[in-house]
Amino acid sequence: MEKLRYERPAIKKLNAGLMNKFGTRTEYAPCTHIDGVAVKDLIKEYGSPVFVISERTIRKTSQNANRAFKTRYPKVQFAWSYKTNYIDAVCNVFHQEGSWAEVVSIFEYQKAIDNGVPGNKIIFNGPEKSVADLEQAVNNGSFIHIDHFDELYDLIELTGRIKKKAKVAIRVNMDTGIYPMWDRFGFNYETGQAWNAITKIMASEYLELEGLHSHIGTFMLSTQAYSIAASKLSDLAVNIKYKYNKAIHYLDLGGGFPSANTLRGSYLPGADVIPSIDDFAEAITSTILNYGYKTEDLPLLILETGRALIDDAGYLLGSVLANKRLSDGRRATIMDFGVNILFTSFWYEHKITPAQEFSQHTEDMVMYGPLCMNIDVVRQSVNLPLLNKGDQVVVHKVGAYNMTQWMQFIAMRPKVILIDMDGKPHIIRENETVDTLRSMERKPDYLKKFKL
Amino acid sequence: MKINKNIAISESGFIFNPGTGDSFSTNPIGAEIIQLLKDDKKPSEIIKVISSKYQIDGPSFEKDLEDFYSQLRDGSLTAYE
Repeated sequence: MEKLRYERPAIKKLNAGLMNKFGTRTEYAPCTHIDGVAVKDLIKEYGSPVFVISERTIRKTSQNANRAFKTRYPKVQFAWSYKTNYIDAVCNVFHQEGSWAEVVSIFEYQKAIDNGVPGNKIIFNGPEKSVADLEQAVNNGSFIHIDHFDELYDLIELTGRIKKKAKVAIRVNMDTGIYPMWDRFGFNYETGQAWNAITKIMASEYLELEGLHSHIGTFMLSTQAYSIAASKLSDLAVNIKYKYNKAIHYLDLGGGFPSANTLRGSYLPGADVIPSIDDFAEAITSTILNYGYKTEDLPLLILETGRALIDDAGYLLGSVLANKRLSDGRRATIMDFGVNILFTSFWYEHKITPAQEFSQHTEDMVMYGPLCMNIDVVRQSVNLPLLNKGDQVVVHKVGAYNMTQWMQFIAMRPKVILIDMDGKPHIIRENETVDTLRSMERKPDYLKKFKL
Repeated sequence: MKINKNIAISESGFIFNPGTGDSFSTNPIGAEIIQLLKDDKKPSEIIKVISSKYQIDGPSFEKDLEDFYSQLRDGSLTAYE
């Protein structure tokens, strides 16, 4: 006789109390497939844990964002934010969808060039650009977004020396009603610092002021803040036109749109509180259109959206290493992935679903990662079906920042798999091994031997 | 481990402790173990019954059984031995 499927014995106290006005979540569905590929097959083939990216979701999300803006405004250009996920295959899906590249370091700049992005379609942001970096960007005709006066003076000196025009913009920081205000990047609007930078650029022989840039924050839950930013950038653009008779080529509203992840401490799920991409598009485009530009002077609208375009496409598959009970009676589940590769668990309550069928019985638990470090907590409290050792789970919406901010700490970084439009998996980044570390280390001869 | 003889358990896994007024729910395998405890089965007998009926080996199940006992104790569902 075939044995029955085993489930851990569990008991749960029933508490009668005030009803939650949103009701108790009772429906759970296992996530057994991603884009038609079985989770168990992916783990069997590529190991556990493993990151999986859905090309289908990237394209769908990107096309939806383009639709939201291009149906409202005549000139729109997205630039893929490399720091959000700079795996080449991911970048190239965005480039195939028409995105330029937005980079914040020379290393990302080189990746964009290697990926085949023309120099004049790269936006070079960030506070760290050496003179050599700037020279490369000038020679390639890239858009250099100046962050501070020292960089501005470096550029004036450089372009005067090599007698070449540089296409530049300034990053402008401003009060948009969002606190804390991001004033560490760029030139401040309210104090007149931004206008001061503009006058210096206009007076310089070799700097061509092409655009104005702002990036007001991250995971922004207010569309109004973008409306204020668009309005303040437009004010500068209109004044430049008035004073210098020069139409600004583009306004770059940066990134910061949220994904549907739930922030830690949030009462409602992320999907219920974030504005849609259409809401952001409406706030930004209606402000620019109504600002009073002449039709022929309407600037190109550039967006450096990262998180909102890639988070949904990323999954992390992992397995249960062990179950245990803590001294206060809480259940603890130890997974084979932790904060080392799921950096965003520091600020999100990630949605986690089992990858196999289960009963309706659930339990509250703390979910830990595998690191021998107290900080390695994936979820402080999560209600999940009864998980056994070896069971597999899927963490959702992990496409942004995890594959760039991950750490090689205690454990090695895993493979990243892309499932293409036909449902075929491809390895787009190999896992690290001990040899990866060894290849970078050097041991002086006198430290090669010892006696114990 | 002895289960409190007063507790009532339904077929669907609903448990009521008349001594404290607390109610609990358990999954089918939990209900089965409680029934075996009510029948005064020893841990070794319970392990044998469950591991021969379900897809689990004895040593693995023993670990889960110990944890289940601790949950029963936390819920005051056990009797003094």
